[in-house]
Amino acid sequence: MTDLTKLKIAEARDLLKKGDISARELTEAHISAVEAADALNAYVAKTPEMALEMADKADAMIKAGGQKGMTGIPVGIKDLFATKGVHTQACSHILDGFKPEYESTVSQKLWDDGAVMLGKLNMDEFAMGSSNETSYYGPVKNPWRAKGSNNDFVPGGSSGGSVASVAGYCAMGATASDTGGSIRQPAAFTGTFGIKPTYGRCSRYGMVAFASSLDQAGTITRDVRDGAIMLESISGFDAKDSTSVDIPVPNFEAALTGDIRGMKIGIPQEYHLAGMPAEIEALWHQGIEWMKAAGAEVVDINLPHTKYALPTYYIVAPAEASSNLARYDGVRYGLREMVEGGGLVDMYEATRAAGFGDEVKRRIMIGTYVLSAGYYDAYYLKAQKVRKLISDDFKRAFEKVDAILTPTAPSAAFAFGEKSDDPIAMYLNDVFTVPASLAGIPGSSVPAGLDANGLPLGLQILGKAWDEETVLKVSGVIEEAAGFTAKPEEWWR
Amino acid sequence: MGKYIVQGATGDFEIVLGLEVHAQVISNAKLFSGAATEFGAEPNAQVSLVDAAMPGMLPTINAECIRQAVRTGLALGAQINKFSVFDRKNYFYADLPQGYQISQFKHPIVGEGTVTLDLADGSTKEVGIERIHLEQDAGKSMHDQHPQYTYVDLNRSGVALMEIVSKPDMRSPEEAGAYLTKLRTILRYIGSCDGNMEQGSMRADVNVSVRRPGEPFGTRCEIKNVNSIRFVRQAIEYEAQRQVDIIEAGGKVDQETRLFDPNKGETRSMRSKEEAHDYRYFPDPDLLPVEFDDAFIEAARASLPELPDHKKARFVEELGLPDYNASVLVAEKESCDYFEDLIAALAKKVGKDVKDVAAKASNWVTGDLFGALNKAGKSVTESPVSASQGADLLALIEDGTISGRIAKDVFEIMFETGKDADVIVEEKGLKQVSDTGEIEKIIDAVIAANPGQLEQYRAGKDKLIGFFVGQVMKETGGKANPGLVNQLLKPKLDG
Amino acid sequence: MSNIDKATVAKIARLARIKIEDEKLESLAGELNNILGWVEQLDEVNTDNIEPMSSVVDAKLRWRADEVTDGDKQQSVLKNAPRGEYGFFAVPKVIE
Repeated sequence: MTDLTKLKIAEARDLLKKGDISARELTEAHISAVEAADALNAYVAKTPEMALEMADKADAMIKAGGQKGMTGIPVGIKDLFATKGVHTQACSHILDGFKPEYESTVSQKLWDDGAVMLGKLNMDEFAMGSSNETSYYGPVKNPWRAKGSNNDFVPGGSSGGSVASVAGYCAMGATASDTGGSIRQPAAFTGTFGIKPTYGRCSRYGMVAFASSLDQAGTITRDVRDGAIMLESISGFDAKDSTSVDIPVPNFEAALTGDIRGMKIGIPQEYHLAGMPAEIEALWHQGIEWMKAAGAEVVDINLPHTKYALPTYYIVAPAEASSNLARYDGVRYGLREMVEGGGLVDMYEATRAAGFGDEVKRRIMIGTYVLSAGYYDAYYLKAQKVRKLISDDFKRAFEKVDAILTPTAPSAAFAFGEKSDDPIAMYLNDVFTVPASLAGIPGSSVPAGLDANGLPLGLQILGKAWDEETVLKVSGVIEEAAGFTAKPEEWWR
Repeated sequence: MGKYIVQGATGDFEIVLGLEVHAQVISNAKLFSGAATEFGAEPNAQVSLVDAAMPGMLPTINAECIRQAVRTGLALGAQINKFSVFDRKNYFYADLPQGYQISQFKHPIVGEGTVTLDLADGSTKEVGIERIHLEQDAGKSMHDQHPQYTYVDLNRSGVALMEIVSKPDMRSPEEAGAYLTKLRTILRYIGSCDGNMEQGSMRADVNVSVRRPGEPFGTRCEIKNVNSIRFVRQAIEYEAQRQVDIIEAGGKVDQETRLFDPNKGETRSMRSKEEAHDYRYFPDPDLLPVEFDDAFIEAARASLPELPDHKKARFVEELGLPDYNASVLVAEKESCDYFEDLIAALAKKVGKDVKDVAAKASNWVTGDLFGALNKAGKSVTESPVSASQGADLLALIEDGTISGRIAKDVFEIMFETGKDADVIVEEKGLKQVSDTGEIEKIIDAVIAANPGQLEQYRAGKDKLIGFFVGQVMKETGGKANPGLVNQLLKPKLDG
Repeated sequence: MSNIDKATVAKIARLARIKIEDEKLESLAGELNNILGWVEQLDEVNTDNIEPMSSVVDAKLRWRADEVTDGDKQQSVLKNAPRGEYGFFAVPKVIE
């Protein structure tokens, strides 16, 4: 019996259609895998009974001839998507015990297509982090380890649980979210395919908000085709989200023609960072060769304001977060800390002090400060202007090229605690991913190689707004050329 | 009218007033959610997950609220901004679930406009409107339901408010009262707010400062959430005096937020040592700017009824109403609608032009009808006598079927029973007697029965004609046509 | 430009309604100064005549029809409340 957990979504779709396997069998195999993978700490809530019910529904759907791409596919849901009646805490203590009475649009779309929920996935608290070390539920372990070492490595963040579950074969796909790189960077760290669509492509209704003008849902899968299938399932206009755009969702899978002849691929000069590890430069160079070999034209471009993207992001995102997280106050849901002899304000202060982790507190404080009287113009307004410049850089570049190729991250996965002492060192993980977030354009990370220690490295493809098809197409070509077949040793079972 | 002055120990002070009125928008659903806006529901029964600020919830804007704000701006002759932005106003309070209020800061939907005040001495004064913006209302906190806990009801949370900000153009409690009265009337006319201050659908924040004549504006204090026009005037009087007393004692007025206590008639400071709020306004990233075109504005304009100032001018100039009657009628649109329906019906019945019947009809409406309604505690929309019934009654007077005196009795019965005037006249046999022959007979009988008075009259006591008129009226049960009686009686008395 | 001291940190914490222990104020000031110093490199960018970007979405705000489509779910709304009584949310009183 093949290990059903090693199947890709596209493969399972075929087998389900032919009746070679049932959705129930597929789900059962994954429930066991989830159980056996506690060492990864990828799941913060498991939903096996619900999964089996959903699998049975999927089998019925297939029998009735209504099978969709994601029907019967067992997936994990990042803890920041509201799932009705199920643990939804954005991995924060402040949402202790919260079980929403509503479903996020993104997850609802998956259930409407007949997908199966295995459980909720670990993440950095409120999506603030690049290593999944800030979760209230403890860190997630990267299924990948350095050659000959038993040290634990971070999976990247904030979607650490999403990538670990997929790379660790206890989910066929996972929803994730990307605000500054939280899909792409962890995908690169774990040899998985991650895609963040154009801002406004997926609904934010029911997504615990971190930074409203940046948050976007996306997917983690084991390859590009699976990513296309899953992304199509979760995309689409939603009237309940005022920033959702009413634009038709193309057949993303149909874009995977493998043909990029004549396409122009831009190489942004500003992404050559001083002190960047030689391996990353080499991988990028390799990617350029793959593009040429596939018949694309490689063009040097300039994105002059690149270096200002991170500081811009670390003003805008905390500012929005400081306001979005004001609702966590102990009044209507979640944690409430009462103070003996104290009043309402004491309750607010004690609840939020106890409920939020250090990184979240830091960002709320920064955000509060940059919006405060006397500082708004110098920080927030300034950052929004620089953001416009960064967005314009991309618009100008896309007049010349169809897609942009860069490394996804400035390093491979690092060991626990290596960067958690210095917030800025941690922030620098997102140096290549943040600019695209600020501009709202789609981007992906494709597994492209291994570093000297045997840890995965990824290449990032960026496209113009609403052109996920080109991003997927180019990603497919990279994937084909890279021939990344390495797998992590399954130390966690 | 002289200037309003507060007397201080060393001299006179003027007061400078600005009003910020929060008016709840008439709409079925809330500004950013689809929950209902009706008053008086069970706690938290009109709350959506968006209103409760559940994680991941997002705002979506109600088209009608935009339209109502534009209509209000047009009714105040204000500049309408085709581009406006919603900002978050960040602060913490239990009845503010999001931890921020969605409001408009830098780019409001309506700009500068004007309100014309009608003052008691008949003069008018123009007060400027600075701006109008849309924002969410907060929920309600109840502090007196439990010894340790405050109870929070979010039904009101998210209801659309228009914040109407005046310029600091008012200089007396009377002007502030007149401003609120006129503003309320206009909002009710156009149906964008019901102006019910007791229920809290219209609330006023009053900014008060004092200065010696000729000096620049003094430090102002804001008195929040005053919920009646009378209290606004009282609060201003108290607060102005309080500030003058401080200055005369050599002190400085602290800029602060205060509350008016209607029981004590005083204002008191809201917080002891609270820092000034830093609201950290920034554009709400969950929304996009509100944009509309001229066609939208014109459609809103077309939906407006005739406004009170225009109507009053028309009543006085075209219909010949006395100023006082016109003022009383235009105070409420329902009164005007009643009146205009009545005179249209009346004019038709008596075959005259509305101009010819309007003035007298206005006396009846503002006198008899409103008097009876006030006594019964009813509004004009609850009147047991409809406009067409009123027209019937006045037509009967006009064509001589009944006298004005009898009409008052008929009206009383109409008010109580809701029956038509002619039915009552018929039932009670109240038709005026206008038969000359009959009246003459009765006059002759009365004169014959009162020889003594006749002698006195003929001797010079002219006033006794009243006695004879009275007797004739008594004989006819009040139904004799008084005009005819006088006409026929005098020659007979004179002999 | 920025130099946040203990007092400012305390003020920000107050605004954000997060209790920070006295002994933590100093170190937090250091952390925040570090981050703010780093983001201040934006001063190098000339942003004269640049419009601030509030949203990446190039679309108009959609308007919703004025219909009652929601609410009437008191139970749901109170379901996760730390303390709900008689249909209300119960919170400790504000101490004047």
